[in-house]
Amino acid sequence: MSFSATEPTRGTKWFAGIAVVLYAIITLIPLLWIVATGFKSPADSISYPPVVVFEPSLEGYVNLFTARTRATEDMLEAAGPAVTWYDKITRNRGTIISGPSRYGERFMNSIIIGFGSTLLCMILGTAAAYAFSRFKVPLKDDLLFFILSTRMMPPIAVAIPIFLMFRNLGLNDTHLGMILLYTAVNLSLSVWLLKGFIDEIPIEYEEAALIDGYTRFQAFYKVVLPQAATGIASTAIFCLIFAWNEYAFAVLLTSGTAQTAPPFIPTIIGTSGKDWPAVAAGATIFLVPVMVFTILLRKHLLRGITFGAVRK
Amino acid sequence: MAEVTLTNVCKSFGDDVALDDVSMTVPDGSFVVLLGPTGAGKTTTLRMVSGLDTPDMGKITIGGRDMAGMTPAQRDVAMVFQQYSLYPHLTVRQNLEFPLKSPILRTPQPEIDRKVKEVAEVLQISHKLDNKSTALSGGEMQRVSIGRALVRQPSVYLMDEPLSSLDAKLRSDLRIELKGIQANSGATLLYVTHDQIEAMTMATHVGVLDNGKLVQFGSPRELYENPVSVYAASRLGQPRINMLPADIFGGAPAAATHIGLRPEQILQGNGEDSTVHRIEHLGDQTRLHLSFKSHDLITVTDAHTDLKVGDIVKIRPHEALYFGANGARVA
Ligand SMILES: Nc1ncnc2c1ncn2[C@@H]1O[C@H](COP(=O)(O)OP(=O)(O)OP(=O)(O)O)[C@@H](O)[C@H]1O
Ligand SMILES: [Mg+2]
Repeated sequence: MSFSATEPTRGTKWFAGIAVVLYAIITLIPLLWIVATGFKSPADSISYPPVVVFEPSLEGYVNLFTARTRATEDMLEAAGPAVTWYDKITRNRGTIISGPSRYGERFMNSIIIGFGSTLLCMILGTAAAYAFSRFKVPLKDDLLFFILSTRMMPPIAVAIPIFLMFRNLGLNDTHLGMILLYTAVNLSLSVWLLKGFIDEIPIEYEEAALIDGYTRFQAFYKVVLPQAATGIASTAIFCLIFAWNEYAFAVLLTSGTAQTAPPFIPTIIGTSGKDWPAVAAGATIFLVPVMVFTILLRKHLLRGITFGAVRK
Repeated sequence: MAEVTLTNVCKSFGDDVALDDVSMTVPDGSFVVLLGPTGAGKTTTLRMVSGLDTPDMGKITIGGRDMAGMTPAQRDVAMVFQQYSLYPHLTVRQNLEFPLKSPILRTPQPEIDRKVKEVAEVLQISHKLDNKSTALSGGEMQRVSIGRALVRQPSVYLMDEPLSSLDAKLRSDLRIELKGIQANSGATLLYVTHDQIEAMTMATHVGVLDNGKLVQFGSPRELYENPVSVYAASRLGQPRINMLPADIFGGAPAAATHIGLRPEQILQGNGEDSTVHRIEHLGDQTRLHLSFKSHDLITVTDAHTDLKVGDIVKIRPHEALYFGANGARVA
């Protein structure tokens, strides 16, 4: 059997494999439970002992996306026979659909605010990190420390000043306000992470590009950015996850127009009894964008492109 | 194609003086080789000309224009880095195309293709054009990095030990190619090397740097035959010039403390006795390590010499160089 310094032995591989699978199962069970609950009937969702095998139903999803009113016999007759499959589901419960719920809007708000702040944070963060990494910035170390220090207390500690500031600036319950807020909170993390990644890119590449006839900005764009892709992708995922899941500020600063999904989902519980399948459906859909985003960026995370072309 | 001048150029990094009042003219169409041991300021000189660094004092012109405040792109120079920095996210072909696609040149694609093909052939890397630039050997990377300079026709080529990691055959091939390109196109080259043969065969002029100072500038022949100091004399010549006390053979000028003898300045056959203590057969020549009055010296002799360790060889100096106490040449 050959022996290598870098290849783990077969025993280690097995052990690592089993550990990873166990860990994955443990972390995935709650997630699977939520997804399953979304497809249960209200009765199944609260039955004890819990049911593992059940007849799937889309009632949770229908309830999530619709507003319904309890209907009398007369009203049901007046409305005529159910035409669509979702009408049928609600009629069975003695309700008729009175319109769409607010979930769609709230979900879109989450998308706009989450991705908007992530994008802004990447643009500002990369520019700042590049400057800190490459230029002589007066008081560089102090500035970097200051940027980091903004994360030393929980952001919510300054909730009241921010609330007052937003009210005076007319940013309360606006997309712009939330995007700016999440960008500000995420910026310290992204500047620090990205500076680390950009520091790793040898300056020789930019110098070569400058000689090759490019301006500094073009060199940054054509040479530094592609090599920083790995770092930018992972930083973007961190920023998105924070902005996407943020709850406290969203409760405090949004109520209607710009309300995101996290503060909205719990309100589903209250509207018509404990509708757990609808809550679970809302949570399931809420999980999808971050998952898709992470999977899309995965190839950047795994690609080590900066190794090996500079003679050290 | 342009003349490059440096006038009283100084550059320090903190307390470290990298260039100390360097003045030099690189004539249009010349091939200037910079020599000097590690840390002498060779790379720094190239970086001053390229615009990647700016001098603390002094002036640099290219083609008669003052370069103060000019970006590297505006200076129209091509540079082969000592650290051959290929863009790792691009293929070999894309690396070679990169300078041609710059906003300054905006070369049309057919022209790009032609140039890249031509340069790849000269550098013997045609078969690697579609490789990722990280999937190359050190020598291949170095050739691509030379190629990235050669695809252009800049005012000046700056090359920092461009052939250092190539094998002997490739090195001699490329020596001839580079010299040919320079001779045919009339390009101006400023070239750093530690290699004697490169300096002797390619240079029209050689500049010797010592601790940031330019101590001698002239043709390779002049530098070899007429060095201004021990230091300059030691830059060229294989085996190195032998330094012995000035009066060891007698007849030294009064100010001289050392006599410098290159192998061809040591005549064998008559004179004083020395003992062979080592013989190195190099193929085309044989190196003799001699003990002479308790000093060691190295010279060359026939490839097929019959001499053996312990034999006596009579030697005497011929047109020797004499140096004073501070290392400067006195005769
Ligand atoms: N960026 C820098 N910061 C600090 N010191 C530097 C820097 N660049 C060069 N130096 C110093 O300047 C001096 C000259 O360096 P340079 O790189 O020009 O040497 P060189 O002649 O090219 O040597 P080598 O043959 O090893 O490449 C050295 O003492 C070096 O330490
Ligand atoms: Mg150097």
